[in-house]
Amino acid sequence: MTMVLTILINGLVFGSVYALLSMGLSTQYGVARILNIAHGEFIVLASFITWELVTDLGVHPLTAIAAAGAILFVIGFALHRTLFKRVRDISPNAAAFEGDAILVAFGVYFILQNLMRIKWGSQTTGYSFMAYPVSIGGAQFQARSLFVFAFAAVICVLYNLFLSHTRTGKSIRAAAQDPVAARMLGVKINRVMAICFGIGGFLAACAGVLISMNQTFSSVTGLNYTVIAVIVVVLGGLGSIRGSILSGFILGIVGTAVNSYDPSIMLVVFYLIILVLLIVRPKGLLGR
Amino acid sequence: MSGRGVSISFGGMKAVDGVDFDLREGEILGLIGPNGAGKTTLFNIISGFLQASGGEIIFGGGKISGLKPDKICRAGIARTFQSARNFPGFTVRDNVLMGALFGKPGKTRAQAERTADSTLEFTGLDKYAGMYVSDIPLSAQKRLEVARALATEPRVLMLDEVMAGLNPAEVEDAMALVREIRGRGVSVIMIEHVMKAIMSICDRIIALHHGRLIADGAPSEITENKQVAEIYLGEA
Amino acid sequence: MAFIKRVLPGTARGRLHLGALICVAAFLAVFPGVSRPYTTIFTASILMYIILSLSWTFFSGKTGYISLATAAFYGIGMYIEAILGRYIPLPAAMLVAAAAGFLIAAGIGAITLRLRGVYFTIFTFGLVLLLQNLVLWIEIRFFHTKGRIVTSGDFTFVYYCILAVFVILLIAAVIMRRSRFGLALECIGQNEDSAAHIGVDTTRTKILAFAVSAAPVSAVGAAMATRVGYIDPNIAFNLLMSFMPVLMAIFGGTHSLYGPVFGALVLTLLEEKLIRGYQEYYMIIFGAVMIIAVSFMPKGAAGIAESVFLKLRRRLRPRSHPRNDGGARDE
Repeated sequence: MTMVLTILINGLVFGSVYALLSMGLSTQYGVARILNIAHGEFIVLASFITWELVTDLGVHPLTAIAAAGAILFVIGFALHRTLFKRVRDISPNAAAFEGDAILVAFGVYFILQNLMRIKWGSQTTGYSFMAYPVSIGGAQFQARSLFVFAFAAVICVLYNLFLSHTRTGKSIRAAAQDPVAARMLGVKINRVMAICFGIGGFLAACAGVLISMNQTFSSVTGLNYTVIAVIVVVLGGLGSIRGSILSGFILGIVGTAVNSYDPSIMLVVFYLIILVLLIVRPKGLLGR
Repeated sequence: MSGRGVSISFGGMKAVDGVDFDLREGEILGLIGPNGAGKTTLFNIISGFLQASGGEIIFGGGKISGLKPDKICRAGIARTFQSARNFPGFTVRDNVLMGALFGKPGKTRAQAERTADSTLEFTGLDKYAGMYVSDIPLSAQKRLEVARALATEPRVLMLDEVMAGLNPAEVEDAMALVREIRGRGVSVIMIEHVMKAIMSICDRIIALHHGRLIADGAPSEITENKQVAEIYLGEA
Repeated sequence: MAFIKRVLPGTARGRLHLGALICVAAFLAVFPGVSRPYTTIFTASILMYIILSLSWTFFSGKTGYISLATAAFYGIGMYIEAILGRYIPLPAAMLVAAAAGFLIAAGIGAITLRLRGVYFTIFTFGLVLLLQNLVLWIEIRFFHTKGRIVTSGDFTFVYYCILAVFVILLIAAVIMRRSRFGLALECIGQNEDSAAHIGVDTTRTKILAFAVSAAPVSAVGAAMATRVGYIDPNIAFNLLMSFMPVLMAIFGGTHSLYGPVFGALVLTLLEEKLIRGYQEYYMIIFGAVMIIAVSFMPKGAAGIAESVFLKLRRRLRPRSHPRNDGGARDE
């Protein structure tokens, strides 16, 4: 019983982080049609910013969301306005753009990762935060894990409210569903795409800040986040935010269960799930 | 070729709704209807580009609905696209050669080259043979769409607005071409907005509105059909 | 005879290219005899990268489906040599590797090439990491080891094995160019929907092309394994081996055979200069090259070279019409 509870709660913790990891990627792909391979690097950058703020200034890590979020929003927005806009203009059709955009994202990934390696080296980094156990129903958990879960859940809810209740959020959803129709309804599609890319950066920042509280990280861990995020997004349905959240939690619980059996096959199991999915239902759980 | 109860819906909206149609041997069949009536969607279903959610299409004694586009093409049904979808990296001749090479199974290279050259001559494109698609006029690009489809040696040819954007003299030429194609024993089904053309060359016309079949008959019957006049001709 | 006639280039320009090719191959064939061992080894890794980027271009450059699986096929080749190297000679192991690469790629293609391009990219991207994890798990669980020693071979012999793959690949690429299969692939690259509607079985053609493009990569992986001496899943399935060929091909240009060759040559030399001590800077340069190549050089360095060449020729011979010289078809 304790075992099941441990897996369930740890699964929820991981699931919330997975959902958070992938929402940004999903937003960027859903509207701008860019599969941002550099997403994991954005997350790591946010972790490093948090680490600098916590160890140098001694602030609460949560406040780093403001700094890292602003920085990464601007980076994302600017990247779309400059690079991706240019690629979109020269691509002959949508499929060619998706291909070229992935390649450009790779370039960004190379540059960002190695800038971080030059600045922070490649050794593992971390800081101590809420390092005491909490007991729930006889099972022991790290307090920081529960804190991370709570905040990740709050961010997921807030982001969904943003999408459904604000003007910007509504135009994002319109643009994701049908860019041509959205443009006819007066949505400035280029601006919305750039904003989405910025939001992707902001959500990556949130993920990075929370991850840094709970785990160690280094300048080379970014790709692992990207891989998880991509798997979550494909399972949920490319471009579906709710799908990402749902599949994030599913994979979090499955992953934790597999982890308690043999940690080295977690990625293999995830990959098998995707394999089956692509054969049975390629559009994902909640994809259109 | 005949279709029974052909249907498809996009997100709950029925784009083609229970359409029955027949294309007789050696006939030119016109397909008319206002924009958004589901004409091109019906073409897309017949050519295997979209999968129908209901109904079936029979051709030459066998069911073809559900097959992929290349199988349907090889079965003898070729189509053109409304917006020319040619191969920009090939010359005009190579564009047609591709149709000849892949459209009919079991053809040797030399046979395909011969088919391509005779198709170019038949469609009057031989003078553009060595040029790239971007360098030839619009009327020739429209003809190239037809030529590429024709090079697959189909028994049924589906033409999607091949006369749109042409001047009156070019429309006359295109009409003559369609008649000649039928003269070769190919059945034609064509979507067209140029009324004069469709009324004069079609043996029979079917009209779609909101995805439903609303009329089926000879051109003279169609012009007298009240419903068609109201929603289609009345609008124009 | 008719076959040879068809394969041989019909134009003066085509024959010039063929002549140049034979000269390069002849030079590479006598190269180990006249150079220092280090240079031979280095030339072999240039050839390896050229083969990888040509293979990538053969499928992805043509169809626009971006594969990131090169490292997976390369690593499979390495593992096959590590396992079989003790029992059979290298060329035989390379053949086995090529067959394995072909079959695995065909399987992956059958699942993903029915879907939109982005799924294919995602899947191939994950494949490398999957194999890394899966092989590590198998090794630890069933063989109680993390890595394997590879029997090392005489390096001049390995060099010739790689050169053989290179020559076979070039010949195949030239024959393929105007073959039915090559043209079907070309049609798919130019307009996949139109290709399907004139009777090209697009799915089958894509799967076959992807499988064919994997075979030389695995073969070369087997050959290069003898040089490293020791492999483990992290060495064999290194994502960088997926990225590099893409970068080299995009930078060089995917519209001709020269592009990937040029790109591989330049970037391998750059890597050699910067790899020690400046690794981060060299990766940053690679990232920047990728971005610049995609955004500003749609036909790569080869495309730029060609347009400069055409401009020069027009200036020198103002009345000639380069479009109609008949050579354009073979491009």
